[in-house]
Amino acid sequence: MKTAILVFPGTNREHDMAAAVRSVSGKDPMMVWHAETEIPQADLIILPGGFSYGDYLRSGAIAARSPIVADLLEKAKQGVRILGVCNGFQILTETGILPGALMRNAGLTFICKETKLRIERDDTIFTSSYKKGQVMRCPVAHHDGNFFADDDTLKMLEDDGRVLFRYCDAAGQATPEANINGSRNNIAGIMNARGTILGMMPHPENLIEDLHGGLDGRGLFESLLEKVA
Amino acid sequence: MKARVTVTLKTGVLDPQGKAIEGALGALGFDGIGSVRQGKVIDIELNDADKTAAEAKLADMCEKLLANTVIENYHIDIL
Repeated sequence: MKTAILVFPGTNREHDMAAAVRSVSGKDPMMVWHAETEIPQADLIILPGGFSYGDYLRSGAIAARSPIVADLLEKAKQGVRILGVCNGFQILTETGILPGALMRNAGLTFICKETKLRIERDDTIFTSSYKKGQVMRCPVAHHDGNFFADDDTLKMLEDDGRVLFRYCDAAGQATPEANINGSRNNIAGIMNARGTILGMMPHPENLIEDLHGGLDGRGLFESLLEKVA
Repeated sequence: MKARVTVTLKTGVLDPQGKAIEGALGALGFDGIGSVRQGKVIDIELNDADKTAAEAKLADMCEKLLANTVIENYHIDIL
């Protein structure tokens, strides 16, 4: 079981991600610099959070045109598991690997706090350690997390069960009040049609140790690292 | 040759920044504002001499990088 973490100029959550991978799998991930042209053989590729290229032009836009991305597209096509968190999710939408776009938060402020997410499915490689309908705690830290997709794309995502996480209240209701950033349908995370690629704005890697104040994010890594082991 | 690319949000895409500007203009006492939408202007200097070729190149730049066509439209002006 090998994990590769892609690092762009301005990425800053790669060590949080590496700590999560190490904590759950016991193995060190490889760090892959954006200027490389090939991602070494890996069962899981992670695009961590941060502010690649200072969010210039659009969040993730410049990173999505980095040399390494040609091989990322190829690996995505081959069915290699890919996880994009926060800026990683933004980069995945900018490459076109995942549909939609992450826009400026509806309230215009940078949001750094703990949120609640409702698990929409428990039969995916990302969420098999959770129960459908379960509410998990998960921190967010973003300025551009407002998920937008046009009506047709949104319907396709919903009909095909590709929404895995939604912002919700303590009772698991995806209310407008619980929708921290204005995302359509309270969407916090979506996967590709084949179920091999997940993009999400919240940071599960920051809730995996007792010292973090909870273990709610650990399930995602357990699901994923167990399935690709 | 100088060109100006204008990138704007598509109709139907929420623009919280435009809304904030609209609110601030209202607070300053400007009335009669229907709506405000914020976009981007990108000025590019090209070595090309042929206008048609330059426009085609700029459109390709817009499709590949300058605009995110999921949410944005673009307009090219050769200055």
